[in-house]
Order: sequence, then C-alpha cells, then structure tokens
Amino acid sequence: QLLGAGPADGQDDDTDSEESEYSGLEDSGSDSDSEETGSDPDSGEEDGSKEASEETGDEDAEVGPSAVKRDIRNTVGNIPMEWYADFPHVGYDLDGKKILKPLRSKDELDAFLDKMEDPDFWRTVQDPQTGRDVVLSEQQVALVKRLQKGQFGDINFNEHEPSVDFFSYDVMIHPVTNRPSDKRSFIPSLIEKEKVSKLVHAIKMGLIKPRRSQDDSKGRYYDLWASEEQGRVRDLRMHVPAPRVPLPGHEESYNPPPEYLMTPEERAVWEQQDPEDRKLAFVPRKFSSLRQVPAFERFIHERFERCLDLYLCPRQRKMRVNVNPEDLIPKLPRPRDLQPFPTTQSMVYLGHEGLVRSISPSPCGQWLLSGGDDGSARFWEVSSGRCVKKVEVCGAIKSAVWNPNQGLSLVALAVGSEVLLVTPPSTAADKQVVTATERLLSEEVESAMGEGPVIWSNAEGEELLHGIRIKIQHPKPVSQVTWHSKGDYVAAVMPDHSSHLQVLIHQVSKRRSQSPFSKNKGLVQSVAFHPIRPYFLLATQRSVRIYNLLKQELSKKLQGNAKWISSIAVHPGGDNVICGSYDCRLSWFDLDLSTKPYKTLRHHRRAVRSVAFHRSYPLFASASDDGSVIVCHGTVFSDLLQNPLIVPVKVLKGHVVTHDLGVLDVTFHPSQPWVFSSGADGTIRLFT
Amino acid sequence: MGGLQKKKFERGSATNYITRNKARKKLQLSLPDFRRLCILKGIYPHEPKHKKKVNKGSTAPRTFYLLKDIRFLLHEPIVGKFREYKVFVRKLKKAYAKIEWSDVERLKENKPTYKLDHIIRERFPTFIDALRDIDDALCMCFLFSTFARTGKCHVQTIQLCRRLTVEWMNYVIASRCLKKVFLSIKGIYYQAEVMGQLITWLVPYQFSHDHPTDVDYRVMATFTELYTTLLGFVNFRLYQSLNLVYPPKLDSKSESEINEQNEEDYAMSSESYLEKLSALSASLARVVSSVEEEEAQLDQFPTEGEDMENMEAREKELKQEEKAKKLFEGLKFFLNREVPRESLAFVIRSFGGEVSWDKSVCIGSTYEVTDETITHQIVDRPSVDNQYINRFYIQPQWVYDCVNAKILLPVEDYFIGVTLPPHLSPFVEEKEGDYVPPEKLKIVAMQQGHKSVTEDEENEDEDSNEEAEEEEEDNDEEEEEEDEEEEENLKKLEEQRSKGKSLQVKVTPGKMKVENPARLEQEEKAEEKRLAIMMMKKKEKYLYDKIMFGKKRKVREANKLAAKRKAHDDAEKAKKKARK
Repeated sequence: QLLGAGPADGQDDDTDSEESEYSGLEDSGSDSDSEETGSDPDSGEEDGSKEASEETGDEDAEVGPSAVKRDIRNTVGNIPMEWYADFPHVGYDLDGKKILKPLRSKDELDAFLDKMEDPDFWRTVQDPQTGRDVVLSEQQVALVKRLQKGQFGDINFNEHEPSVDFFSYDVMIHPVTNRPSDKRSFIPSLIEKEKVSKLVHAIKMGLIKPRRSQDDSKGRYYDLWASEEQGRVRDLRMHVPAPRVPLPGHEESYNPPPEYLMTPEERAVWEQQDPEDRKLAFVPRKFSSLRQVPAFERFIHERFERCLDLYLCPRQRKMRVNVNPEDLIPKLPRPRDLQPFPTTQSMVYLGHEGLVRSISPSPCGQWLLSGGDDGSARFWEVSSGRCVKKVEVCGAIKSAVWNPNQGLSLVALAVGSEVLLVTPPSTAADKQVVTATERLLSEEVESAMGEGPVIWSNAEGEELLHGIRIKIQHPKPVSQVTWHSKGDYVAAVMPDHSSHLQVLIHQVSKRRSQSPFSKNKGLVQSVAFHPIRPYFLLATQRSVRIYNLLKQELSKKLQGNAKWISSIAVHPGGDNVICGSYDCRLSWFDLDLSTKPYKTLRHHRRAVRSVAFHRSYPLFASASDDGSVIVCHGTVFSDLLQNPLIVPVKVLKGHVVTHDLGVLDVTFHPSQPWVFSSGADGTIRLFT
Repeated sequence: MGGLQKKKFERGSATNYITRNKARKKLQLSLPDFRRLCILKGIYPHEPKHKKKVNKGSTAPRTFYLLKDIRFLLHEPIVGKFREYKVFVRKLKKAYAKIEWSDVERLKENKPTYKLDHIIRERFPTFIDALRDIDDALCMCFLFSTFARTGKCHVQTIQLCRRLTVEWMNYVIASRCLKKVFLSIKGIYYQAEVMGQLITWLVPYQFSHDHPTDVDYRVMATFTELYTTLLGFVNFRLYQSLNLVYPPKLDSKSESEINEQNEEDYAMSSESYLEKLSALSASLARVVSSVEEEEAQLDQFPTEGEDMENMEAREKELKQEEKAKKLFEGLKFFLNREVPRESLAFVIRSFGGEVSWDKSVCIGSTYEVTDETITHQIVDRPSVDNQYINRFYIQPQWVYDCVNAKILLPVEDYFIGVTLPPHLSPFVEEKEGDYVPPEKLKIVAMQQGHKSVTEDEENEDEDSNEEAEEEEEDNDEEEEEEDEEEEENLKKLEEQRSKGKSLQVKVTPGKMKVENPARLEQEEKAEEKRLAIMMMKKKEKYLYDKIMFGKKRKVREANKLAAKRKAHDDAEKAKKKARK
C-alpha cells in the first residue's frame, strides 16, 4: 500500500501534467519545459493519435474513435435509458441482438485501481447506451473543453464575419425571385373595398374631417391699417387707456449723483417699511463701471406686476385739481383801505399778579378799570399807564364793569357771591358827575329789604374809604355783571345747572332786585342788554335767547353750531350779535336774516374767551387762549339787502400764554379805534 | 297703480355691473380662459361708485366688470376657439389613455389655432393708437427674447420675440428716431420718437434669468401672444413707411461684404441671417433704390408778428434735431469684447456712427482693431495693453451721455481708469423749485456753448454750487433769517470774549434801525395773505392746505438733496486736502 501510494501520487501528478499539457496545446509553446520525462512518450503517442483522429474527423465527424474499434450500436434511439434499468440488457444492436449490460465486476477497488493504473482513466466515460467504457479521443476532449468555455464547437467557425444582407437597398438587375405574380394581385381586394367604403361613408357623414392644411399665416404680417378711416374712434365704452409706467429718475441710474444714494439711516428706514409704503421700490446703487452692473433680480417680477395691473386693476379717471392756490384765496378789500384799526401794541399796564379777568374803560375813555384773581380792582390812566387807585377786596374779581352812563361815575365788581358798587377816584370824573353819583348812592330808598334772595347793604368803615359803596349779597357766586346802557340797571349771572335763579337784574336807584326768569333753561354763560331796544340777551351753553323785557317773552332763539358759548356781544346798531365759543369759533348772527349764524369764523386755534364790538367804528375783536387778539372789520350796511362785510384786519399778539390761558378779556376804547386786552400773564395791553 | 314694482337691486347701478364669477358663468369659460380673454380683449374690472349698492347690500370684496363689457365679449369668435381647444385637449387625453397613437397623431394635426388680427384691429382702430400702446409690447418682447430656449415658454415664441425686436431696432436705426438712452440698474431704457409718439422701452442686461417661482408665466405668455402680433403689424407698417423691405433684408452691398467675411465661419445661411440682422451693423434693403433723403423743408408761409417768431423758433428746433441725429456721423467706433455690444451698436448706428467689433465676438464686424481710421475705441477694463495713438480709449458711458446731451462731450472725463461723472436720467425735466444736480447744470451750460468749461472745471463746479445755494436761499427766507441770527450770535460770542479780555464797560455805538421799505411791503403783503387765508371756506382751505403741503414737501426734499450733496462735496474736499 505504501508502494501504491507513491505511484498514486505520481499518477496524480501525471494527470495534472496532462491537463497542463492540454492547456498548453491551446497556448502552443510552453509544454516542453513543464513536462515530466516519464510521461513524454505517452504524450508523443497522444499527439500522433490526435493527428490521426483529426484526419478521420475530417472525413466523418460523427464516427468516434471508440466506434472504430468495436462497432456496437444500440438501436433503441433517443429514449431515457432508465427504462432498461430493470433488464439485463440495455437495447439491441444492429443485428437485433440484445446488448447486455456489462457484468458488474468492477467494484470500488477496481475503480480505484483503474484510476491508479490507467493513464486514460480521466477521459474514460461510460456510454449509457451500451454500458461500455469509451476513451475519448484528443479531438473529443478539445471539443468538450470548448463547449465548457461557451465557444463554438467548430474551430474554424468565425463568429465575427461581416454580414452580407441578402436584400440590399441597391436595386439589383436581377430579381430576387422570379416567381410570377399571384392572381390575387390582379383582383381588387374585397376587404380593402369594404374599408374604403367605410372611410368614404365616414367622410360623407362628416365623421372624419380632412386634414387641416398647414396654416402658416400666423406669423405673417400685412398692412392691418390699410383701410384706416381717419377720425374713427374706439367704439369701446368708457374705455380708459392704461397709464404709462412712470419714467425713471436720477436715482435709478447705475451711476447716480452721490446725493441720490441712501445714507445708512435712510436705508434702515427703507428696510423697515412695508413694500407698499416705500417711496422707492429699489435701493439706489452706484457702480464704478458698466461691466460691474449685475442683473436686476426683480425684473421679471416687475413686468409681471405690470401685466397684472393691466388686466386686474380697475381703472378710474381721477380729476386732478389743477388750480393755482392763489386763486383759492378770496379777494377781500385790503386792510389798509379799512383803516383805522389797532395795529401796534403801545402800552402795557403792569401791576396785577395773577390773571386779569376783566377790564372795562370809562365812558369818557380816559380811565380803565381792571379786576383780577389777586383780589384787587385797579384804576388806570389810559394815556400814561399809571395805576391811579387800587381797591382791595376779599376774593378774586370775576367781572368789573364801568357804568356806561356818562352822567354817573360808578363801577360794578363781581367778587365771590357779592356785587360791589364802587366809586372811582374823584379825579376820574367831573365834579358834577361825582355829585350826581353821590346823590344816587346816598338816596335812602325804602326798598324791600330782606325780601327775595338778595341783600342790599351799604358799605362802612374801611371799605367806604376805598370807595366801596354798596354791597349786594347774592345766594351764589356771581360770574358776570353787566350794565344797561342807561346805567341804572345791572344784571348779574350766577351760573348753576339746577336752579332757575341764575340771572338777577338790580336797579341801583331803587335798590331793588328782580329775577326775570322763572324757569331753568340751562347753564347761563353770559348775558347782555340790548343797546337800543328793551331786549335782554341770554347765552346758555348752546344757544342765545333774546327776551323782550317789555312783553316778557322770548322773541328769538339763536342756534349757533357752537358746543359751548363763552361770551356774546351786541353790535351797537342792535341787529347783529357775535358770540364766541370754547370750540374756537366766532359766530356772527344777523338778527334780521336768520337764527343761524350768517358766518362762522374759525380764526383762533384755541378757545375764544371774549368778544367785543366797538361802539362807533365798524370793528370787532375776539380774544383767545392762543394768546392773540384778532381784530376784524365788520361793516353793517343800512341797506337790508346787503350782507355785512366781515374782513379780518389784524392779528395782535403780545400776551404770553400761561397755564394754557391766553387773553381773557378784550374791550374797545369807547371813542378811539383802540383795543384793550387783559391776559393770564397779569398784564393789560393797549393796542393802537 | 299699473306696472310691476321693481325690487331693490333690479335697477340703477346694480344692473350695470356684474361680478367676475357671474361673468365667467355667462361666458361659459373656465377662469384661465376668462383671464386670457380679458387680456386679449383688453377688458379690465371697474370700481363702482357705490360698492354696497352694486354688491346688493353686501360689503364682501368682489371684482366687478361692466355688464356691457361682458356682453361685448359674448360675440367674440375667439371664445369659440377656446371651447374648441378645450374639446381638443379632452379628445387628446382620451386617445392617450386608450393608447391609440394614430388618433393622437390625427388630433395633433388638427390642433385648433387662432389668430388675433381682428382683435388688434379692434383694439387699435388707427395706427397711431397702436403706436401709443406699444411701450409695454416692446418691453415684454425684449424680455422674452432674452429667455433661455428651455422651460418657461415655447421656443417659437422666444424666436418670434427676438425676430420682432431685431426688426424694431433695425427700424429705429434706419429712421434715426432714437432720442434718449438711460443706463439704469434695472436695464437700459431707450426712448424713440416714432410718428410724433414718444415710445419708451426697457431692455434687461444680458444675463440669464433667475426665474422666480411666484410669477404666473401663463399670464405673461398670453400678453406676449398679443404683443407679438401687435408688434409684427406695427413693424410691417413702419417698414412700409420707410420703403424698406419687410421682412427685413440686408442691403445687397453690405450683405455681400458680410458674406465674404463670414462665409467659412457659419454653416447655414438660413440660420445666420437673423444673426446678421441682429448684428445691427448693416443697412437694410429698400423697396425703391435708395435715393438720398431730401430733408423736409418747412414751407414758408407769409406770417407776421408772433407767428414769425414761432416759426423761427420751430425752424431752429428742427435744425437742432437734425444736427442731433447726425451726432456720431464720421466717427468710427470699435467695441471691445467686454462692453454690451448690441446696445452700443444700436445707439451708435442710430446716430450715424460706424461700429465694429472683434470677429470672434459676433457676426457682422466690418473692420478690424488694427484699422487706422478708428476714432474711438470703447473699453470697459482698467487698462489696455497696446494702445493706438490716433484714437480715444473711452468708457461706454460716454456714448450714452453724448446722446442725452445731444452734443459730443469732452472725452477726458471718460478715459480708461478715470472716475466717471454721474450718469443722469434724461427723462427728468426739472421744474422751477426742483433740485437740479450740478452735473446737469454743467451739461446745460455746455449745450449753450461754453466750451471753456473743461479747462477750469473745479471753479465752474463751485460756481454752480453757489448758484444752487443762492437759489435755495431765495426759496425760503426763513433759512436766511436763521443764518443772520447765527451771525448775530457769533458776533455776540465774539463780543463776550473781547469783553473778557478788555474793560468791563464798553460804549457801543447806537445802531440805526434801517427800515427796508421793500421788506416792509413784503411783510405787509404776507400778512394780508395770512388774513385772507383765514377767511377761506373750509373746503377751499383744505384744498389750499393740501397744495401748500405738497409744495413745501417738494421744497423740503430739494433742500435735503442739496444738503446731502454739499456734505458729500465737503467731505471730498477734506479728503483731497488731507491727501495733499
């Protein structure tokens, strides 16, 4: 066995070498070096037999070398051989004799020995049809190997030969086939006829439309407006042509002047704004040369937005008001032609501390009375600005009025809930007047003392020395006093929402008081006597009522647009009334015309505090919290058809606004075209 | 009592309007089709005066069309075409779904098409109407012609747009009607006067577009469809008016020249023809062999007085215009490859100049760089290697500024590497009180014939600045007063200082108060005006205030610009000094 093992190894080596030899055959060259000497003669034989078999193969490829030796052929054909598995034979030979299966003499050991000893063992296969062993020839082995590699069995077959088309595009002179034409090619086809008739029918019925001729006229242009009629207008209704895109300004330039570029602050503001609010839709930029200019990234957007504007935006014709602003200014007579009127501040009366509530000139025009929050009433000489006399009272003076009667020298002051009748200093009047006044005041009148809400009393002691003569005690604080033009009656206002006792009229000569109204008509703001007729004007919060004192009835009710009336004044002619209100308005009422204001002037920027008419000149003035006094010219014509002419002529400024209060009272000089004003800054000013 | 009483919203303005949805239903169109129809027919919504009445009491936001407009649309043949197209799409889809390719083929062959000729005729009854509305068409076509051939719209549309715009540019060159050009950051604005109509269009710079996603290209395409048709007809008519062949053909002479040069570079003559046209370097063929254009002389009419003056003025104007048309005549330009070729060639050619470029840049160059007769070479780079002595090397802005100034500006300011003067918009016409940039004043001065400006530029600059300042001072006296006050303050300060040095007590001579009668009068007038304004009616006052507010705002803006400019100039000067 040990001996056997050695040759077995050698045999293995042999087979290996043989394999390598076959592989060498294909390589054709490297065989001689690698071959072992022991197997050389074998391979020589093999070579020779291979050449021989090749020759025979050429003659008859189907006959194998084994068939040459013993020609046993099975005639069963190509059937599965397991059908003969249970028989002793495997088929029949050419003579019809059974081909017997070879005796199963070979066991594993024999096979092994064969394998060891027979050099052709590796190419010995059993023929399943005969059951004999067949040794494959060199040629057959090569064939098997080629097939295993997926190559063609025939060595000489070239798979990459250029193909030659049998039918080529060249027209040959000889026909491919020379067959005569069929009969059917001469007879019209029935099927085709059927198809055609169907199509014809479809065309006739309009089911199939003929192919549209290629219409290339789309891009072809011609003179569209050849037959243009001149003057023919668009027949579209209400057509508004689209507005053009505004032309670009300097700031859109790629190289704008430096002032058009945005500063960083402007840029920040621009970025914070909404795109709709921006004045410019883009940021101006500067490039030093044209080649650096980039593409504008919103270009397509802008064109698209223009498209949207064109078809989505409602169009409207907006009438642009193309007026010269100068034409809007009304043509008024020049103020210079309406002189005289006060123009300049010529005197300032200093002395009061705190607000100067009320001023009043004497009827002769030489003296001026003022009363203020500091509790003093002062008499001033108009021409010199000197304070002649100072009357101290307890409490702020709300109203101070000089008696308009030239024959009397008397003033009325409203202090708290009292009305004081004070005589001015003796230098202020003629002796006759003074005596007349004295007589009036010293008359002992048996009046209905104690009756009614009012108490009359004569002043005594210290007060008498100051010139206070009579004190009229009221139940409530008095805000305003006003004299009748005759100088005998004085009206006092006690504003109160809830009471009907808001106005009292006192008769000085008889020391008598009366309450004219039995009903509460609202908060009374101001009252005035009519200068000529026996009328009494009463301004409540929203309206002015005119009462006839003789008939004791309401004769008119003037409705201004004012929210809160502050003061009223009556034209000396008696037919016109002005009233100022806290909502900056001044309304001019023409009593003959209507109960609505003839004109409302909104000249002041703040509340109107006081209004006044001049006694002889056609002037009126209004004082307001904005620190100005506006003097207007207001002519009233005797002709009833002509409306009053109202022209503002001068804005007088001088008062300082303190604590949001400006000018508190305004009044005219009785004879000269001068105007006095008193303000919250504690001064009284004279404008001439 | 006869007759039926009408219900609330069955008469009056409610019957004149129709909402968009109702209109759509009445026309039996889908919303995109309705939109297209509105675009093509130029129908736009109307804003009713009383919205609530029209909206039957509701205040919901709705778009209203005039009922008459919609009735007018009812008879439009295009509507039928839209329906046909809808049916076509439906059939095609079905055929695709059934995989019946022969049907698909057949359907595609029978695709319904429509023409817009009648709509153009209807919307623009006269040629002048069409010219008046051509601005948008030109802008759109120029934009579409720069689109890439892929994606956003049909290639045919882009090609058509390109063709039409090239035709238009060639017409402008041939008729020499270009008036103004403006390089903005958005693109290049051109303005031409065609048959008395000022036409402005905007051409984007030559870059590929970054297509935004929030833009509906269908709308744009519909507009373009209309505009290409319009522009085609307008071009035809314009070419006819100049006796030019339409579609444009190159002059046989120049054509042969170009052909000689470029025969070997371009393969197919059919393709390169449009390119040759778009090179804008050759003149066009005429129907009648070109006779030298006789200049239209104004007929002399026997006139007198004012008319005479008018006539003379007009004649002068005409002469100037003629002169401006020949601005670049006799000049030979050469464009370097970095400058926008098309724009410059267009501008130079429309003012009579000759222009060429390197052969490799574009077809149609007529002479080489080496040509000795070239007078100007347009360059947009920091330096040029080998320069020729007998020509100016200038930056492109020179050409545009010359066109706007209507004179040949001095080239010194536009040399290579020089900081360019600002490029001003020619479309701004300053009114009285508006801010005028000093550069504009300079140009105006040059136009009026001060040739010496270039020598002492700086002085002129300052002068103009001063002038501007003076004007401002005239504008608002308050500023002046403030100035005076400042001066007084300064004096006081000085006095205080001097006081500190010298004796405490000082006698100053009394000052005579000089009353300026003119000033007084002015003040009086001002006061009169103020008083009169007080008497204005509320309505008029409101209007007056509004007008005055607008005026003041204008002045304020002008002052702001002037102040900014002054600050900038001062800073520049300070920098210069610091450098010295």
